Amino acid sequence: MLRSVHRWPGLILAVLILVSALSGAALSVFPALERLSSPQAGAEQSLADLLGRVGAAHPGLEQLRRAPSGQISAWWSDESGTPGRAVVDPATGTDVAPAATSPAELWLTDLHRALFLGRNGRLVMAFSAAGMLVLTLTGAAMVARRMGGWRHWFGRSRGPWPGRVHVDLARFAVGGLMLSSLTGLWMTASAFSLLPDDSAEPDPVLAQGLPPLPPERIALFATTPARDLVKLTFPDPQDPTDVYTLTTTGGTALIDPGSGAVLASVAPTAWERASAIVTMLHTGRGAAVLGLILGLMVLSVPVLVLTGTVQWLRTRRSGVRIPGNTAAGTAETILLVASEGGTTWGFARTLFDGLTKAGQSVHAAELSQFDPARYGRAKRFILLAATYGEGEAPTVARGVLARIAALPAPPTAPVAILGFGDRSFTTFCGYAAQLAEATRTLGWAELIAPCQINRQSPQEFARWSRDLGAALGIALDLTHLPEVPPAVTLSLISRRDHGAEVGAPAAILRFALPPIGLWARLSGQGFARFQAGDLLGVVPAGSDLPRFYSLASGRRDGFVEICVRRQEGGLCSGQLNDLQPGDRIAAFVRPNPAFHPEPGRKPLILIGAGAGIAPLAGFVRANRRGRPVHLWFGARSKDSDFLYGDDLHRWQDRGQLATLETAFSRSARPEHVQDRMSRDRAALSALLAEGAQVMVCGGRDMAAGVRGVLNDILAERGEDLTRLKAEGRYAEDIF
Amino acid sequence: MKRLLGALALSTALTAVPLLAEARPVTITTQMSAYGGGGAFVAFYLTDPQGKYAGTLWMAGQQSKYYKDLRGWRAASGGDLAQLDGITGASVGAGKTLKITVDVKDALLDAGYVLHVDAGAEDMRPSPNEITMPLSKAGSGKPVKGRSYIDTMTVSF
Repeated sequence: MLRSVHRWPGLILAVLILVSALSGAALSVFPALERLSSPQAGAEQSLADLLGRVGAAHPGLEQLRRAPSGQISAWWSDESGTPGRAVVDPATGTDVAPAATSPAELWLTDLHRALFLGRNGRLVMAFSAAGMLVLTLTGAAMVARRMGGWRHWFGRSRGPWPGRVHVDLARFAVGGLMLSSLTGLWMTASAFSLLPDDSAEPDPVLAQGLPPLPPERIALFATTPARDLVKLTFPDPQDPTDVYTLTTTGGTALIDPGSGAVLASVAPTAWERASAIVTMLHTGRGAAVLGLILGLMVLSVPVLVLTGTVQWLRTRRSGVRIPGNTAAGTAETILLVASEGGTTWGFARTLFDGLTKAGQSVHAAELSQFDPARYGRAKRFILLAATYGEGEAPTVARGVLARIAALPAPPTAPVAILGFGDRSFTTFCGYAAQLAEATRTLGWAELIAPCQINRQSPQEFARWSRDLGAALGIALDLTHLPEVPPAVTLSLISRRDHGAEVGAPAAILRFALPPIGLWARLSGQGFARFQAGDLLGVVPAGSDLPRFYSLASGRRDGFVEICVRRQEGGLCSGQLNDLQPGDRIAAFVRPNPAFHPEPGRKPLILIGAGAGIAPLAGFVRANRRGRPVHLWFGARSKDSDFLYGDDLHRWQDRGQLATLETAFSRSARPEHVQDRMSRDRAALSALLAEGAQVMVCGGRDMAAGVRGVLNDILAERGEDLTRLKAEGRYAEDIF
Repeated sequence: MKRLLGALALSTALTAVPLLAEARPVTITTQMSAYGGGGAFVAFYLTDPQGKYAGTLWMAGQQSKYYKDLRGWRAASGGDLAQLDGITGASVGAGKTLKITVDVKDALLDAGYVLHVDAGAEDMRPSPNEITMPLSKAGSGKPVKGRSYIDTMTVSF
């Protein structure tokens, strides 16, 4: 719901909002320029003094205006009656510039306000401002939901780049966008007389007709600071009953030119004052710095439009959209999905299709949209939950646990929970377990017992679907083969072999970059944009299930490189290790943004063992800006399986790698990488104190050992890994 | 160049001059000067031989909020908006030309009626009575100079 309220105005009004934002950002510069180029009246200067100086330079003065920028303009008629006007210097009364708004500013103002279309154009632009406001409010709510609540508003954003850039920019600009759209709407309402903010004016009066005093001798002019002036209109010299009309920030007064007496006065209404403040906030006139800041914030709009559109296109393609989805209010089965990379959605679609074919009405949605009030006809809930990292909620589902715990009463329809995970991790299906715990605590009835699927196993999923079918009284036996993105053919260029002597053969395989289509290039799909740390999915002959290998190269390197150790009886690792240059495989790229180095100049600590060196070597290879990168690497033997050994030394010479510490388990001093780290704890501690980011790649046991050592080091500094992880400074890629 | 047609009754003027109900089209061509501001509000209105308000011919500019700047028009007409029904159009930009055609009773020509033009624009000094000219056949087709917003105005009967 929130998402579509955000998406459709965004897509439909994109062009209008772009015009409005770009012209607004350009206009924000003018008040600052005007402020800088206008001589200012001193704090001491009185209006009488100003009048004396300007009047001396320009006899026949008719009107004096002071813009919020401090710019003072004079209008006069010379002896022959020819009108003149100029911007004047309050200190001397002389002209400094012609008094005319620049054509560029007028043009931009008309575009920004009304698209050059007069009244109707103004309404169109007001509509776009309203759209912007809706986008800002729904966007803010979506950021809060994505981050897991308003308290985590400033948390680190994760996920693929369009979403990350969108959220980061939106958090920066939200205040400015809301202020600009609200004040813009107010100003339109004011222009169309929908607000009672007409300026108050005193009742007309007549002067006594005495001979006029010199303006310097009028008491009110002597006591009014020149800085408070808004507008002073002189009496018509032909009409002895005409009066001075003085408007200051405090109100408007009519003054007898002969006696200097104030004949009538009126203060601005509260509405009028409010409108003046709103105008200042929107235009930056009188608040030039604020105007520039708002202009800068508004410049984020083009990027927001672009990244928002890219996200929408990606969601469309990745199929989180379910064709034939039943509305939340009418479906009997509510299928809620918490997916990190999208694979769980694949299972969800298979389940959705199976249930629908069996005659059920199913509503499928992201778990983040969970809201019991929306499901009026629900007879059962099915929750499919993946796990992010060490038992954390997938990014899209953060905050849902708290929402379930806060329910006043459990939903009456029972729930079935199915977790997806990998048994090789310490916390298998950790998030699904937390969900199950939360529903039990709440007293939410079970449809069937919670169940787990290991490594996307089709067999386990089929078994669970049969259990579900039995509970529903329908025959259900679902086979789900994970959907694989279209694979392309990669051709092997070269291989480097290691480890045969120590009984652990491994190969660094380098493939040629495949040709990339125009659409892939434009949209950054597949091999058009990948970097070290992303995953290469390889579908081996004789299986439908892809295997994933960490990439040791990025698009800019011009080749696709992975490192594969031959597994005992491993189908895919065997086939890959048998490849000879010129041989081909079918493969695809899966982005893995969770395992990319954070950009910046802070030190980067890389820790890896065995084939886990692959992405780390890729990070070093990509380190062209001389960031301090420190590598701890463990292998069996220095002579046999020191993967990337020559490259690492070369990178070290070039300054791409600051330090290289190695541990070899079959050497004169046998040790594992975590042992080596224990010896180097002083160096590690110093790097961590500098704010270093830590990235670990390797097997489970090694990762557990590394965590132990790091926690020891951090404990001395009063920190721990959990905190490092929350700060986005610790990432693991474990196999 | 735009051609606008105002169907003007000028009822107040009619009661003052009850004879001769013949009317003729009057074309007013206004060439704006390069006054260096946004779209200008311009009011065209008549006063009778006694100097009393006789009716509005045309109001360029549709946001009534800003009519207060047209001080001459407001003082003469009382600022009542109902009288502007059907005789308002868009504001006129600097350097642009506004051409309007209105029906005016024959009886008002050469009878001491005066055409007044007020002008004003955002953040600029308003110009009440930018132009005043008698409504006479002798002036037909002769351009009259404006003060600051209007370069020339030509009235043709």
